[in-house]
Amino acid sequence: MAKHNTGVKQRRDTRAFFLFAAPEFAGVLIFVLLPFLDVTGRSFRTVVTGRFVGFGNYATVFSNQAFRLAVKNTFRFTLVCIPLLVLIGLLIAYPVSRMKSAGVVKSLYLFPLAMPTATIVVVWKIAFCKQGALNLFLTRLGAWSGLWGEVHTDWLGTGASFWVLVFSYIWKNTGYTIVLWLAGILGIPNELLEAARVDGASERQCFLRIVLPNLKGSLYTIVILSFLNSFKIYREAYLVAGAYPEQDMYLLQHLFNNWFVNLDFDKMAAATVCVGGFLFAVIMLLQRLWDRREM
Amino acid sequence: MEKKERQTSLHNLTTWKKAFRNGITALLILLPTLLVCLPIILLVTGSVMSDGELQRHLTPVFAGGEAFVDWQLVPDYPTFGHYGKLLFMTPQFFVLFWNSVKLVGLILFGQLIVGVPAAWAFAVYQARGSRTLFAFYIVLMLLPFQVTMLSSYLVLHDLHMLDTPQAVILPAVFSTLPVFLSYGGFRAIPAQLFEAARIDGASEWRIFCSIGLPLGKSGLLSAMVLGFLEYWNMMEQPMAFLENKSLWPLSLYLPEITWQQAGNAFAASMITLIPAVFVFVWGQDYLEQGIVFSGLKE
Repeated sequence: MAKHNTGVKQRRDTRAFFLFAAPEFAGVLIFVLLPFLDVTGRSFRTVVTGRFVGFGNYATVFSNQAFRLAVKNTFRFTLVCIPLLVLIGLLIAYPVSRMKSAGVVKSLYLFPLAMPTATIVVVWKIAFCKQGALNLFLTRLGAWSGLWGEVHTDWLGTGASFWVLVFSYIWKNTGYTIVLWLAGILGIPNELLEAARVDGASERQCFLRIVLPNLKGSLYTIVILSFLNSFKIYREAYLVAGAYPEQDMYLLQHLFNNWFVNLDFDKMAAATVCVGGFLFAVIMLLQRLWDRREM
Repeated sequence: MEKKERQTSLHNLTTWKKAFRNGITALLILLPTLLVCLPIILLVTGSVMSDGELQRHLTPVFAGGEAFVDWQLVPDYPTFGHYGKLLFMTPQFFVLFWNSVKLVGLILFGQLIVGVPAAWAFAVYQARGSRTLFAFYIVLMLLPFQVTMLSSYLVLHDLHMLDTPQAVILPAVFSTLPVFLSYGGFRAIPAQLFEAARIDGASEWRIFCSIGLPLGKSGLLSAMVLGFLEYWNMMEQPMAFLENKSLWPLSLYLPEITWQQAGNAFAASMITLIPAVFVFVWGQDYLEQGIVFSGLKE
């Protein structure tokens, strides 16, 4: 009888599941999965004649100078930004978690998330151009301390442009990192900390031995979401410097866009499969790592 | 007696030191928020500054030379002329503003109709394979636009939708992020409620409408708030799939304004910013909750 009941429940659940999710699944199938298979197919053919070329497109992509540069820059950007963002977020979130006015601080840091990129680009240009606000500030600082003279660095047209991107990424994303860290910190049972304090643990020990180990789940979330958002930096990069920026700023996103505009669909298909496969592998790996730790 | 006095003064010293340390921490935490406020101040003052003044302040930015850019917080000749010109004498601006509103509205509406039931399905029913599908959905959610750009283009081309608003709306409707956010809200409802309703003879659809939607609305609202901020700022999709400029959203118009019309650029920026600020202020709790829900925790 009980077995019969679970069978009925199972069947009811399956039916309801697919009825509720059917429109969504149909849409994902039509707009994401089937086209992606199409792209995978095209990555083995030439774009004009449709002739089968095996891994020819992949070979072209990997020997392409622009592709290598873009991959290098994208890696560099991710490897600099994500640890920096994670750390800054934690450094702010931990003291804030013990402040009374946490709400105000959170709102202030979150606000850049709401600012449309297009509105902020005017500001970035004024701040970072050759005669801009940053150089003015540095010049004044130099004059005041007497250490250096006038500064006329072109922050957007030299290697420094990379750091402008890093800055604007951090500027935009610190807020949600703080929110996630705070959620993690406030989720730690207070009794744990109380008990440790009663046992004579110092603040630093509490932080290192109790708070940090309990935040591993949050760390996973933050890394994944920061990674996702790191691709959106393209908006700033594109608006500030156009489709062909200074070469330290040339990211995979620029490359994809330029191939798209130039109708280089065969190269683009191969690169899509490579980047998509790589991301898939990374996400799966992170999920595995996280699951194992949870157990 | 003397000992006690010394103790209190020592005590005073430590509280004083502690207060000082707290003050320094607060200062260190609040200082970076200056970087958040300054751009806004710049936009606000710029949008009410006369053309002549803007020209004078900003010449170093676009003409170069040795002089630095400078600025003043209160303009000599404040004017609302830029707003007036933009709102009443630039029909093009109006068209783009409404384009933005329409695109965002339709996308969010579509997500409500399609994504929310799917989230409900994932949160409530244990079908075979639903866990695997969910894991797969996480990956789909995390793929950046550039990876799906070509496949979207191909399918939109086959469906003859390129250069129509649908080209931007439909792929966004089927994006997987709202599914996750609403999932978080539905997941928080205790399952006994559903069982009780079933015993009373309610259909699954009825349970969804009468229990799921009212009790899970926080997840739903956070999906809407995050979605609004995301699509109001949308650039990649319309840039790739819309060639006809009269279909563009506001976010693509702003970069087209040249430095000679700096006043317009500032005013247009402010007008673009206002709806986003409104949604941010109204929905901040949902926004925060949405960020936490997007944490993929089960």
